[in-house]
Amino acid sequence: MSSPLLTAQQIVKNFGGLTAVANVSVHFDQNELIGLIGPNGAGKTTLFNLLTGVTPVTSGAISLYTDQGVQSLNGKRPAEIAQAGLSRTFQNIRLFKELSVLDNVRIAMTNHYQEGFLASIFRVPKFYRTEADMTLAAQKLLAIFDLTSVADQPAKNLPYGIQRRLEIVRALATKPKLLFLDEPAAGMNPEETADLTRLIRQVQHDFHITIVLIEHDMSLVMNVVERLYVLEHGALLAEGTPNEIQHNPAVIKAYLGDEA
Amino acid sequence: MKANFKYNIFWLAVMIIGFVAIDACEFLGIINAFIENMLVTIGINIILATGLNLIIGFSGQFSLGHAGFMAIGAYATGIMTQTIATPLGFYLSMVVGIVIAMIAALIVGIPTLRLRGDYLAIATMGAAEIIRILINNLKITNGAAGLFNIPPLVTWATVYVLMCLTTIVTVNFIHSRNGRAIMSVREDEIAAEAMGINPTRWKLAAFVFGAGTAAIGGSLHAAYIQTIAPGDFNIMASIAILIIVVLGGVGSITGTFVAAIVLGALDTILQNFGTLRMIIYSLALILIMIFKPSGLLGNWELSFKRLGTHQRKEQSIHE
Repeated sequence: MSSPLLTAQQIVKNFGGLTAVANVSVHFDQNELIGLIGPNGAGKTTLFNLLTGVTPVTSGAISLYTDQGVQSLNGKRPAEIAQAGLSRTFQNIRLFKELSVLDNVRIAMTNHYQEGFLASIFRVPKFYRTEADMTLAAQKLLAIFDLTSVADQPAKNLPYGIQRRLEIVRALATKPKLLFLDEPAAGMNPEETADLTRLIRQVQHDFHITIVLIEHDMSLVMNVVERLYVLEHGALLAEGTPNEIQHNPAVIKAYLGDEA
Repeated sequence: MKANFKYNIFWLAVMIIGFVAIDACEFLGIINAFIENMLVTIGINIILATGLNLIIGFSGQFSLGHAGFMAIGAYATGIMTQTIATPLGFYLSMVVGIVIAMIAALIVGIPTLRLRGDYLAIATMGAAEIIRILINNLKITNGAAGLFNIPPLVTWATVYVLMCLTTIVTVNFIHSRNGRAIMSVREDEIAAEAMGINPTRWKLAAFVFGAGTAAIGGSLHAAYIQTIAPGDFNIMASIAILIIVVLGGVGSITGTFVAAIVLGALDTILQNFGTLRMIIYSLALILIMIFKPSGLLGNWELSFKRLGTHQRKEQSIHE
């Protein structure tokens, strides 16, 4: 078994009287591809939001394992968590719509390049070098994902499937250790889903990162993931390989109801 | 690198030609004191509106308090140049004004930039009113009567050069890593945060930067007009700058230039119409807002770099 990258222990989230996530403990290991499934309203996106700091946890511990040791992510702001190496995409695409594809990617690289305020204002040679480095790195990334031809277009002009792809590329540009994909296949046709399956495999293979995937499309999930978590009503229902989950009676019951 | 150099030289040439043209007209007597006054007002308005456009158009924060920061610059110059009535004293007072305005913007911005839209507009408007009322009640600022006989240390040339400088600095700031981070916050705060960008920090950066440019405009205003009073920096003054930004196009520095020039010229031409002036002026604003709601230029930007690649881009869009 490989070493853990992120662990969440007994995390709870209450919204007023509603418990959206109850006592969930998960662990994501290095270079693993994990699926997170469950019926609508099971708390999957809420779990993502808790892990990425968008909403604070009511209780429980989230820890990130880095080369420097274990780092607690409790109470950190989303920006700090992103800088620590957790990146994500959104269920309803959140690109920087008016900005170009290239800028979308370059913005995600902001924290990896130092460019002083004064250097940018006085346009010292170092400024042009940093800009050129950033642009080159972004173009390389776009080339890998076949987005070079649309690099100068505003993100809002792209077709839906490409927007989803760009969102993944943008998340990768932050150089994450762990990538959360929130329903990447939502609204895609079978052909686009097949493309996405290849893309996710490619990302994991080329970038050596851990990927956590929320998805309703079972053809995609069962195809790519190594391990699955099933959530229902905010609680963890099952954990296992795709094969185990497919034959788990509790999961079948949650999805299909009791056998008559 | 070479292309960048060429591009910079080109802009420098444009600025020098503009300067020489105005200078020649002045020399030939085409520009009288009246027109010169108009040109200086336009220049100061460009400085003020460029800074406000950075806040509204690029960081997406709706501020209605620009005149407050302008007042800080104006009073810094008004007070200091009465003791040090030299050009050096003027520039020193301008720097002091910028620093105080930026500090004030930090104090105002940290709590208020958490607000959005209308709430932020009201909060910044309140902040500007606090600044104005403070000035109104302080001894050093001579209260409601204001300051007069401020030494005339500013000519149209000073305004022109400073207008060019603030524009260069603002545009350079926008077209950099920092500017892109600021625009990402405008586009989608949650997404920006998920990409490791701290929204509060970048909104504050834009706000403080804008306040600094407002102070420059204020300093020039005080030294050129030579009289200032708290009433000059009320909410209507903030709105006048806002009109330039909205009319030119939120998010277009070129638009700010065009709108400042058009409105400045319109204002001067309409002086002959007496009271009708305000009606025609308002009518022009209403018509532009009906037929061009995104402002005269939208977010279009004049770029010499783009001219060459324009053709190619058009094609790729049609494919």
